[in-house]
Amino acid sequence: MLKKTEEPVKDLKVVGTRPIRPDGVPKVTGHAQYGADYYLPGMLWGKILRSPHAHARIRSIDTSKAQALPGVKAVMVGSDLPEQKFDYLGPDRVQVNFWHMTRNIMAREKALYVGHAVAAVAATTPEIAAEAIKLIEVDYEVLPHVIDVDEAMAEDAPLLFEDMITRGVNPSPTKPSNIARRAEFKIGDVEAGFAQADEIVEMSFKTSPVHQGYIEPHACLARFGADGQCEIWSSSQGHFMVRGYTAKILGIPVNNLVVHPAEIGGGFGGKTVVYVEPIAATLSRKSGLPVKIVMTREEVFLATGPTAGSSMTVRMGVKRDGKIVAADGVFKFQAGAFPGSPVMNGCMCAFSVYDLENARAVGYDVVSNRPKSAAYRAPGSPIVAFAVESVVDELARRIGMDPLELRLRNAVKVGSPTIWGPKHGHGGFRETIEALMNHPEYKKPLGPNQGRGVASGFWFNGAGESAVTIHVGEDGSVSIASGSMDVGGSRASMAIMAAETLGIPYEKVRSTVANTASIGYNHVTGGSRVTYATGMAVVQACERIIEDLRTRAAMMWDVNVDDVIWEDGCAKPANPSVGDFKPLTLAEIAAKRAVTGGPIAAEVAINAGGQAPGFSTQFCDVEVDPETGAVKILRFVAAQDVGRAIHPSYVEGQIQGGVTQGIGWALNETYVYNSKGEMENAGFLDYRMPVASDLPMIEAVIVEVPNPNHPYGVKGAGEVNIVPVTAAVANAIRSATGVRLTSLPMSPPVVLQALESESASV
Amino acid sequence: MAKHHVTTTINGETVEFLCDTKQSLLDVLRNQLYMTGTKEGCATGDCGACTVNMDGTIVCSCLVLGVEAEGKSIQTIEGMAKGSELHPLQQKFLEHAALQCGICTPGVLVAAKALLERNPDPTEEEVRYWLAGNLCRCTGYNKIVEAVLDAARVMRGASNA
Repeated sequence: MLKKTEEPVKDLKVVGTRPIRPDGVPKVTGHAQYGADYYLPGMLWGKILRSPHAHARIRSIDTSKAQALPGVKAVMVGSDLPEQKFDYLGPDRVQVNFWHMTRNIMAREKALYVGHAVAAVAATTPEIAAEAIKLIEVDYEVLPHVIDVDEAMAEDAPLLFEDMITRGVNPSPTKPSNIARRAEFKIGDVEAGFAQADEIVEMSFKTSPVHQGYIEPHACLARFGADGQCEIWSSSQGHFMVRGYTAKILGIPVNNLVVHPAEIGGGFGGKTVVYVEPIAATLSRKSGLPVKIVMTREEVFLATGPTAGSSMTVRMGVKRDGKIVAADGVFKFQAGAFPGSPVMNGCMCAFSVYDLENARAVGYDVVSNRPKSAAYRAPGSPIVAFAVESVVDELARRIGMDPLELRLRNAVKVGSPTIWGPKHGHGGFRETIEALMNHPEYKKPLGPNQGRGVASGFWFNGAGESAVTIHVGEDGSVSIASGSMDVGGSRASMAIMAAETLGIPYEKVRSTVANTASIGYNHVTGGSRVTYATGMAVVQACERIIEDLRTRAAMMWDVNVDDVIWEDGCAKPANPSVGDFKPLTLAEIAAKRAVTGGPIAAEVAINAGGQAPGFSTQFCDVEVDPETGAVKILRFVAAQDVGRAIHPSYVEGQIQGGVTQGIGWALNETYVYNSKGEMENAGFLDYRMPVASDLPMIEAVIVEVPNPNHPYGVKGAGEVNIVPVTAAVANAIRSATGVRLTSLPMSPPVVLQALESESASV
Repeated sequence: MAKHHVTTTINGETVEFLCDTKQSLLDVLRNQLYMTGTKEGCATGDCGACTVNMDGTIVCSCLVLGVEAEGKSIQTIEGMAKGSELHPLQQKFLEHAALQCGICTPGVLVAAKALLERNPDPTEEEVRYWLAGNLCRCTGYNKIVEAVLDAARVMRGASNA
């Protein structure tokens, strides 16, 4: 059910304020419990043995010595999990294949990357568990490996799956390859478009995989009873996802598994899959005791995340008046060891901020011997934006037009075509450009070695399945339970929307996240969907509560329900002719609940549609040190259309955080592999994420073009902010130095080398 | 091997524990004393999530051995509020929305408190460099820096009064 509000509510009392989050005090006092913070009596510690080889056939595994070590209570290998059918399930963009998933959780025939889980133990102490995994003997036949995406696509590349035939090609190839899938989207006639162009720019790009970098390693505690009932405490972006995937991997009914949502210490997409939960549950099942597994940081780097790296070529044509007439892109994404990179998203997002008649995007999903990629903030879109927004910047330079002006001239609007079919249904992009054009800092002159760069980005935003329950307590206070994990303040935003709808103060509403046995199914917290979809469910539940309260007030006054209105948190007579009744507060109605129908509660379960995409436009100023190649970010301004900011501070936080992750992606973060296919920088010292002293203040400009499909106009805020960043930085470096960088990260040695080869060629 | 008996002071209370030679202070705090407010992000001293104050100096508790706590005075996040009264830094972190997931927050707060004890009037740059050892992946540090500067203002005001 979709509630249409053509004119979003204007007179808002709570929406748009900045109250303190319900989870705030526990988080500043150390009392909040994250995945690793749960303990049970008799608990064992699980530890995972991981492959030292990038690619190896597993001939045999002998666990007898580990099993015999005193203190070891259970040992498992991949074949302890039931076999899964080979089948791609779910929507194209986010397909799941449980045959792959169970093999990523624990290897069977082959180990496909350094760090791939091959066995696990549970023991009475972490030290014994660590000792025990060293006693497991794995007989490996080491195979040639491949890391790079272009090399993995070569004719003679070592094959990860000897029978993998590329999907999406007609007729089907006869030979296997590492290309899991080809996807193509197009509109118009690309070559006819290029024929009209005055200027054409074609460039090739490479981006490094980057890790989501959440500070909390994956952790869980599982207790599997002799009655087949299992409970898991874990940190994830969706405890229903944990329940669904874990039950499927274990081969048990979903209702035999209750998942309790721990606080999540960052996810950014990386906690939308399971790694340790099925292992802990299996070890608990075998030992009869609760089992806790906490990954080390090294394990997080070797075996989880990251987003895909890529190799891309983009060609675009423009007329001298600024009209972009054609765009063509080939995007090759590293899926990691199993298919499923976000390349379809990448193709769809690539040109989605531009109103193009002729465009084509071809994507390849390519496996290689590195950890399987996982979602990361607007998965796919930031990767392609590095290429596309760099090319657009060159187009602007060729025709001598301001880069914001060029974007404005080609900006999508309602009715513009998309490359995947439907027309754009919402605006908001132009407004982000205009916000920067009018920004006082945008025209400000810069000094030597300094430059300014502009870029834009698109993200779909999400909707989907959400369920919430709202209860009115005996004293008139209100409790919300939702099934959406809170990663960025959603408990607060749910409470704000409930307070607004019910007409009561924010402080009267308590907002919680319920376990999987206590609330209907909720899709993961991802795709910037929760404030939109779960928020919509909250508002609808409040509306049901209001109906109920009006009915009860009518009963108490002995009038018709139509004669009762709800206003400012009270039931009131609709007009003086109804009678001389004093308004009834929530507390007064709640006090009479027993005689007016019993508990006051509403559960709403929806599959929300009608989401509107997010757009962002950003500019940044950098200074490049010509002696070291170091790039310093001097200023960063990010405008983003969020529809409506329910809690503006948390929206700003999303923008500032997304931009900062993008800066890390642009300047530092990368996976360094040696010739043996080992990641050489699997720690925070060498995988260098931005720290406080690397950054200036990031200015978040909130643009509000409400989505009429949401009662308060919400679109979603979490992701699109990361999309333009790498290109904005690259374009700024181009302005500062005259050098166009086409690979990420743009770290000091890379920049220095580019500066030196540029000056050598002059 | 026999365990070591350690007597130390944590948040003003005398605490005794037994630990192995190899055990880190972080491990003791979390898995023996169940003081899980101190977080493990890396166990290699790179992220600052396990920051505690030991005899007036901030340390990564993952790089300190449990036995090194003998005779020391240790302050963790659990000792920062006085009963139900939040420290000004805690209050300002809430008001400024300086946390999202909150996993880095205990370490950042312990580090920031040490800064303000040394330097009650830090510049933005001083705050940024002091906190450079505390990784946060959610916030981009903006609101953390703003909260620390605002807490410093409030604390200076309180001490002048």
